[in-house]
Amino acid sequence: MATATDSSLSGGAIIEAVKAAGIEYIISVPDIVTSDGLLWPISRDPDLRHIRVCKEDEGVSICTALSYCDKRALLLIQNTGFLDSINAIRAIAVEYDNPLCMMVGLQGKEPDVLPVQSNKVSVRIVEPMLDVMGIEHHLLQTTSNTESIGPAIEAAYREDHPVCFVIGQSPSE
Amino acid sequence: MKRMKRDAALKIIAGHAEDSLVVAAYQAAFEWIVIRPSDYNLIATRAMGQVSSHCLGLAVGRPERRVIGFDGDGSLLMNLGSLVTIGDVAPTNLFHFVCNNGVYEANGSHPTPGSDKVDFPALAKAAGYASTDTFDELDDLGARIGDVFARQGPVLIDLKIEQGETYPQDYAYMHSAEHRAAFKAALRES
Repeated sequence: MATATDSSLSGGAIIEAVKAAGIEYIISVPDIVTSDGLLWPISRDPDLRHIRVCKEDEGVSICTALSYCDKRALLLIQNTGFLDSINAIRAIAVEYDNPLCMMVGLQGKEPDVLPVQSNKVSVRIVEPMLDVMGIEHHLLQTTSNTESIGPAIEAAYREDHPVCFVIGQSPSE
Repeated sequence: MKRMKRDAALKIIAGHAEDSLVVAAYQAAFEWIVIRPSDYNLIATRAMGQVSSHCLGLAVGRPERRVIGFDGDGSLLMNLGSLVTIGDVAPTNLFHFVCNNGVYEANGSHPTPGSDKVDFPALAKAAGYASTDTFDELDDLGARIGDVFARQGPVLIDLKIEQGETYPQDYAYMHSAEHRAAFKAALRES
């Protein structure tokens, strides 16, 4: 089990924080960054209902509709899927002030650099695009960062706004 | 091809909708909120193609409630993968209607791709929907709509339609925070 002082990122700590924040549903498209440390464990977790979608913008709507039912959900996707879903995120989460909670793996991010310093365009532009849309975001680079998950999800549902957790490295199982 | 006036078809369905949660988009939405005014209507899907996925979220979140979606053919073509997702999740309370007029009515009435070939019921069936049907005559719809709602979902119904009467296009209401708040409040209270 990773500790808060490790440089690693614990998938178990992320999952526990997500569950503690009342998330019942995980809506996902597979992402190689989070596959082993998050998505496979989630798919086996009896406390979470996992819905696999074909395309990420489906998940934007599903999470939103679940929020209308007072159910909490997390959209777990890759940066490429985030970029593909900008219109749905803009329209449904931002313009409609809905509590869409996203977790985005940065496929292709180099170790030991911040996402905005990446040589990969698809990595480098994620946080600036969140900023442009006014979406609160948190970088999960090490296990200690997972402390932001609970309060951020609570605030998203309490205040009706989207939030995004950007995964800075592959989480360990 | 035979087609039904859209508002006439919606009136027949409304007679059997009871207190269903209803998600609708574009022209069908504007007509539906006049034909069946209710806080159980959600016409705020905003991004084109997202009716079916909103329906899935509602159907999963409120499995005891019947969920009806009024999609468009152009809209569903933008989110065909949702047929597969819905078929996989298989919510028994989901009734997915496609108001199929073969054109992008809100965008100049240009034909939808494959409008003379695409078979939405066949696509839905192949994706795992429990049952499908097609209606192009009002008398047939009226005679069999009760049977449709007696089925186990997910059900996809292809409605061959054309524009009927003109209804107010209340975009301000569609996108208002008050509309979404009323829908959420109605769900909480039921």
